[in-house]
Amino acid sequence: MNWTEIVSIFAAAMAVSFGAIGPALGEGRAVAAAMDAIARQPEAAGTIARTLFVGLAMIETMAIYCLVIALLVLFANPFIR
Amino acid sequence: MGTAAVIESPLAAKTLFAVGPISVTEPVVVTWGLMLALTAAGWFATRSLALRPSRCQTVLELIAGAVEDQIQSTMHVAPKPYVPLIGTLFLFILTANWSSLVPGIEPPTAHIETDAALGLIVFLAIIYFGIQARGMRGYLKTFAEPSIVMIPLNVVETFTRTFSLIVRLFGNVMSGVFIIGIILSLAGLLVPIPLMALELLVGAIQAYIFTVLAMVFIGSAVNEDRSESSKERKGS
Repeated sequence: MNWTEIVSIFAAAMAVSFGAIGPALGEGRAVAAAMDAIARQPEAAGTIARTLFVGLAMIETMAIYCLVIALLVLFANPFIR
Repeated sequence: MGTAAVIESPLAAKTLFAVGPISVTEPVVVTWGLMLALTAAGWFATRSLALRPSRCQTVLELIAGAVEDQIQSTMHVAPKPYVPLIGTLFLFILTANWSSLVPGIEPPTAHIETDAALGLIVFLAIIYFGIQARGMRGYLKTFAEPSIVMIPLNVVETFTRTFSLIVRLFGNVMSGVFIIGIILSLAGLLVPIPLMALELLVGAIQAYIFTVLAMVFIGSAVNEDRSESSKERKGS
């Protein structure tokens, strides 16, 4: 196993771990805000939950981008082979 | 290396058979199957349309009405010309994401080629509808919208937003397939079922997001200024 592969695996782990921090914080804030809104206005819970799901999927996409990069580095690395 | 060696690369597509020099991969076959199924379903469902709708026709009208309402509320334009494209995009991506319900079938949207084709359709549709609504000069003028300095940024944005649309759908569906594969190789028979249920939810949400973003992009190419024109249309 040469240096490129070692660095690639390390880079994949770094991409996922650091890339997950931002979306995690963002999702936490979004859910907290939605909980607050539902507590204030329980009759709007349906609309809020629907919007929350779409919003969460949008935020989660940032983490998914990092996962795609990590998988590219692991499985389709242009510098290996 | 252990798990990675067991699980095949999620970025490669399995080749099923070859027609001459062209090798036909699994997502292509599944895509054609879905297209045939959707076309056949649409054909058979619309054979006997009546003024007093049957049960099946009521469901169809409900779907078409929901698509029209979404376009109306997102793009603030008359929904007629966009219903076929937007509705087909949504139905195709939804059935493609949910095709993993059939055992042995991998959703074709889990491969970037399918998503790239869908993204290309949206990209061309933005240009087509933009030119149709404003004319060639008017459409090109939108690139210099706030000021002439913004031209490079606007040109880059046209490509990057389509690219992020592609990678968003691909990443979400592919990661679901990949994670279920990992769990299946680690744990036993019934463990991945909750994850598969979550994957159905994600598939539906991603289909919705893809179509809504396509609507927003096309709407921004068609509308002069979104807030202004919506007020005008409501007034007139």
